[in-house]
Amino acid sequence: MEKRVTFKGWLLPMCLLMPQIIITAVFFFYPAGQAIYQSLFIPDPFGLSMQWVGLGNFEYLLGDSYYRASFVTTAVFSILVTVTSMGFALYLAVLADRLIKGSGIYRTLLIWPYAVAPAVAGVLWLFMFNTRVGVVSWYLGLLGYDWNHVLNEAEAMGLVVVASSWGRVSYNFLFFLAGLQAIPKSVIEAAAIDGARFWTRFRTIVFPLLSPTTFFLLVVNIVYAFFETFGVIHTITSGGPQQATTILVYKVFSDGFVSQDLGSSAAQSVILLVIVGALTIVQFKFIERRVHY
Amino acid sequence: MATIKLDNIKKSFGKTDVIHGVDIDIEDGEFIVIVGPSGCGKSTLLRMVAGLETVTSGEILIDGVQVNGVEPMDRDIAMVFQNYALYPHMSVEENMAYGLKIAKTPKAEITERVAEAARMLQLEPYLKRKPRELSGGQRQRVAMGRAIVRKPKVFLFDEPLSNLDAKLRVQMRLEIKELQSRLGITALYVTHDQVEAMTLADRMVVMNAGEADQIGAPLEVYSNPQTEFVAGFIGSPATNFLDASTIPNAPASAARIGIRPEHITLAPAGQGRLSGEVIFTEALGAETLVHLRLSGGTETFTIRQDGALPLPAPGDAVAVDWEDDAMMAFSEGGRRV
Ligand SMILES: Nc1ncnc2c1ncn2[C@@H]1O[C@H](COP(=O)(O)OP(=O)(O)OP(=O)(O)O)[C@@H](O)[C@H]1O
Ligand SMILES: [Mg+2]
Repeated sequence: MEKRVTFKGWLLPMCLLMPQIIITAVFFFYPAGQAIYQSLFIPDPFGLSMQWVGLGNFEYLLGDSYYRASFVTTAVFSILVTVTSMGFALYLAVLADRLIKGSGIYRTLLIWPYAVAPAVAGVLWLFMFNTRVGVVSWYLGLLGYDWNHVLNEAEAMGLVVVASSWGRVSYNFLFFLAGLQAIPKSVIEAAAIDGARFWTRFRTIVFPLLSPTTFFLLVVNIVYAFFETFGVIHTITSGGPQQATTILVYKVFSDGFVSQDLGSSAAQSVILLVIVGALTIVQFKFIERRVHY
Repeated sequence: MATIKLDNIKKSFGKTDVIHGVDIDIEDGEFIVIVGPSGCGKSTLLRMVAGLETVTSGEILIDGVQVNGVEPMDRDIAMVFQNYALYPHMSVEENMAYGLKIAKTPKAEITERVAEAARMLQLEPYLKRKPRELSGGQRQRVAMGRAIVRKPKVFLFDEPLSNLDAKLRVQMRLEIKELQSRLGITALYVTHDQVEAMTLADRMVVMNAGEADQIGAPLEVYSNPQTEFVAGFIGSPATNFLDASTIPNAPASAARIGIRPEHITLAPAGQGRLSGEVIFTEALGAETLVHLRLSGGTETFTIRQDGALPLPAPGDAVAVDWEDDAMMAFSEGGRRV
């Protein structure tokens, strides 16, 4: 049995919960409500009046080829960020797990990037790849490769993917390492005695036993790529060149605050709200079921 | 089937020496039990034979071939771990088939061998279950099954029965012994339970703080212990030890004398070799344990006698007697003299 603290009456529990409830209400429920409300109107250019359009904003969005392109961009971007950051993190975690000495130092160093704010990370990478003064682009130039993410769409996408994945590697690394260390050593040894070499062991024992961690990280990283990479994209490419790195959340910003199309921007927020809701449900469903081997 | 030879095996973890030079020659098909108290290095020794632990110095030979640098997967051994180490995400069937699949055994043969092992171990009803849906005894069987389907050269067991209840332990002990002798596979079995050691072993190795104190057939070790440690560790209740100076006509070269509880008889007060006072008795039915304090001493002294003999009461003054050849004499350093 879990021990539960019980309170008599309502006052104390309400007081204790109030701060969280207020924060959620002010910063989440109110803006979300506003977004849903505004998505049903088109305001005039001066913001003085609003015209009811029902689902018109949504209809318009679905017919908008730029918006559909942004969906594809988002999908490509999140898959790349998730695969890159998780793959690299898993590789590092496997190496760190094999370490006997000095693993503490590696762990600490590998965790640092996570502490860097996305916008700052964006600026760091931007400097390194700056077409005129960046170190990396300079070396690439020496190799005869003319790096220019300002003009080249694929290079721009590559750069935001790398900059967004970098800090995530730390986060994923921590979870993968914890997951690896939770696998009983004797199970791995039993597999070795059964004749499995490193790669076979990884494929047939370690990776399956790691699947709860992997699944958890998959959801968390997709959510990250969808919503939290705004700072990176804003500092590095501002969504360009053309629309090449305009992911959905960036389009909400650029349509709303740059182009001042508030109705459409609000409708896009509502669509994002639905997506994040769906992802959260997937995640909770999974956590309920916990380990499924 | 194989012979194993350990030649002056030593092991250190960093600066701590754990095994100080062990020599064992194991014949083909032999059942060797390594027994000793907790922390004496039994598992370490076994893990070195398995290849899970490096050898600091000395040689391990399997079938005459030095295997010090050979990976566990290339040694053709099977091991049963204390916690069974089953693959939690695989069914019983898949657990047993795992090693065969890796060895690229033909499908039909895998099915056949797994079925045979399942029949032998009465695991047939559970083949589709996951390890977490099994009882401790059933998991133990799966671990055994995983070892036998591979028909390895050598079986290694690291306290495979210590997580089972007493009754199941006796039953599994018999089954392991029976299986091993039927398959004729050389086995190396680690335990700290001397009853397991006595009943399973063709020969047993008594380990004491990283050394093999004595290697021999169980009864030989029991009746003729080579060190004070072995005399004290093997046998229950434990051997009584006395300073040789307190015993009339003890062998001259001896520092300490060991006498097994069953070799001592009670005598009326005033007779016998030594006198003492009964502290308490334990009547176990078939036999009775009488605990004494000898006159002039503080240690207790245990006698094991037939349950049918009259029971002394606590506080009774009694004497004890024994045959001359019941005395096991040990030198100052604990060696048999
Ligand atoms: N990886 C290790 N690093 C350092 N010391 C170790 C390591 N493994 C074992 N030891 C030490 O080596 C000694 C022998 O350990 P071992 O596990 O072989 O004992 P054991 O005889 O199997 O004991 P038990 O009956 O409790 O299983 C112990 O003192 C232990 O602390
Ligand atoms: Mg052990």
